[in-house]
Amino acid sequence: MTAADLVLPEARSGRRRATKAGKQLHAGPVTYVALTVFALVSLAPLVWTAIAASRTDRRLAQAPPPLWFGGNLFKNLETAWDQAGLGTAMLNSVIVAGAITVSTVVFSTLAGFAFAKLRFRFSGLLLLLTIGTMMIPPQLAVVPLYLWMSDLGWSNQLQTVILPSLVTAFGTFFMRQYLVQALPTELIEAARVDGASSLRVVWHVVFPAARPAMAVLGLLTFVFAWNDFLWPIIALNQQNPTVQVALNALGTGYVPDQAVIMAGALLGTLPLLIAFLLFGKQIVGGIMQGAIKG
Amino acid sequence: MTSKEALAHPASSAETAPGIPPGAVRGARGRGAPDGAPSWRSRLYRWDTKASPYAFVTPFFVLFGVFTLVPLLYTVWYSLHDVQLSALDHQSWTGLANYKNLLSSDFFWNALRNTFTIGVISTVPQLMAALWLAHMLNYKLRGSTVWRVVMLTPYATSVAAATLVFTLLYSWDGGMVNWILHFFGVDPVNWRESDWGSQFAVSSIVIWRWTGYNALIYLAAMQAIPADLYESAALDGANRRQQFWHVTIPQLRPTVLFTIVVSTIGATQLFGEPLLFGGVSGTKGGSEHQYQTLGLYMYDQGWIIGNLGKASAIAWTMFLVMLIIAAVNLLLTRWLRRSDDRG
Repeated sequence: MTAADLVLPEARSGRRRATKAGKQLHAGPVTYVALTVFALVSLAPLVWTAIAASRTDRRLAQAPPPLWFGGNLFKNLETAWDQAGLGTAMLNSVIVAGAITVSTVVFSTLAGFAFAKLRFRFSGLLLLLTIGTMMIPPQLAVVPLYLWMSDLGWSNQLQTVILPSLVTAFGTFFMRQYLVQALPTELIEAARVDGASSLRVVWHVVFPAARPAMAVLGLLTFVFAWNDFLWPIIALNQQNPTVQVALNALGTGYVPDQAVIMAGALLGTLPLLIAFLLFGKQIVGGIMQGAIKG
Repeated sequence: MTSKEALAHPASSAETAPGIPPGAVRGARGRGAPDGAPSWRSRLYRWDTKASPYAFVTPFFVLFGVFTLVPLLYTVWYSLHDVQLSALDHQSWTGLANYKNLLSSDFFWNALRNTFTIGVISTVPQLMAALWLAHMLNYKLRGSTVWRVVMLTPYATSVAAATLVFTLLYSWDGGMVNWILHFFGVDPVNWRESDWGSQFAVSSIVIWRWTGYNALIYLAAMQAIPADLYESAALDGANRRQQFWHVTIPQLRPTVLFTIVVSTIGATQLFGEPLLFGGVSGTKGGSEHQYQTLGLYMYDQGWIIGNLGKASAIAWTMFLVMLIIAAVNLLLTRWLRRSDDRG
């Protein structure tokens, strides 16, 4: 595939496994049974969401509960898409989470690179500030943000949701930690000696080296942005919701048809699951590489 | 080769020399500056070297400053004022009135208690299960990647979707959980109304979503433990179980601390799960406020009741609670390490 795959976990863990092969024990049957139980618990709620979303019953809370697929999936999905406004919400969430992800990854990589490899005044102090502010809860910013938004007349507009999350302290720190060990300083120096400008160095040296971590940070950021509840629910109303806001309305409103609610839940989590199935291996690899360490 | 040709084939040297990234071109040397005064090019180069780090960190700090740090200070300001949603233009200085109001409110103490209880019953079992799961994933497995991806799927489920499903499973009459309990001859539990039942139900959503994620973090740390530690433990006659307790667990301590801190931060801010679980009375955290967390309490005070000054005070109180818990965590680890050294 690409150069990124060369440094991706399969290659690495393969080498690691070779060295540990003698020491690593094979799992016994008990372990497999226990893992299967964990796997079932992990998957069952999702599978049951799909089952519930495909039923014709309006009430799913019944004894015995429905345990197999009905034939109504597409009709329920359609109802959720149109009537519960999930269609608009999906598009909004893709725009919001997409914009936040791209911006966080790019700016975190730039700042992380500067903190990891370049010398500049106050760099230690600024890094401390970044680490120190990683713990700030979002609750601490929402009241002023809400008042500014009211002044600007921006309530219910997507940029209101996007702007406050364009960068995160965690992202910058994460990229710095990765680049400190993954980007050889000689490589940058060589490029500088050759007279390459900083932008060229970033484009041709830093970004390629940072790619695996960028993929992981991108996925983490996308999941976070997709799931963000507090600020969107304050900033948006039902006319222009994100998925979480729309699902909240669906769950707290009076929709008697529980199969439609489940269809909405299925729709609302589908993009995440698809992204995850496409890049799951990479994100697992990213976590396994210890990129997500304190 | 004239300088024109060098410009026309900027990557020629890079093409022939593997290992030098394209773009790190050796053309600059071919276009040497005239002797004597430094050329504009080298001056530009030096300026570029000096200024670029600032250019790289500026976007981050500008955006972060405007949307996180500045609002933080404004929140202090608003917490000392009377700010009502219905009359945003009439803000009057009230000093510490919002904080006094808060500390004398039963609902605040109730929310603090709930946040703590739900935090403990969602974090402790979650991290213990994650540790056990990581230990099992650390064996040689058939299809190890598949197992790992499966364990991580709950993390990739949207909060709202997961909560809607669990709410249905926990329904009072006809929910699957009570149906299963009935199957085993246990009386049905009112997961929505009872105190411990509803708190357990909310916690279970958190546990379900985060166990696999933390297990992978532990697994990464386990795989980084040097094998010779186990070998020397084995030479000392330690069996598998003793190796786990005397090698794996101590080696994992920094990672465990990290996950405790992160989970604690998450637990302090818990918002979406109880909100949706509560349905119509979501912001109250149930009919009796039995699972109203601090996050819900703040939203309810600020945007349902409309007292933004008080909401600001709640936000700062939440931050303080978090700092206290983090400090306690740190002290505990120090104390543990010291007692370990003595032992």
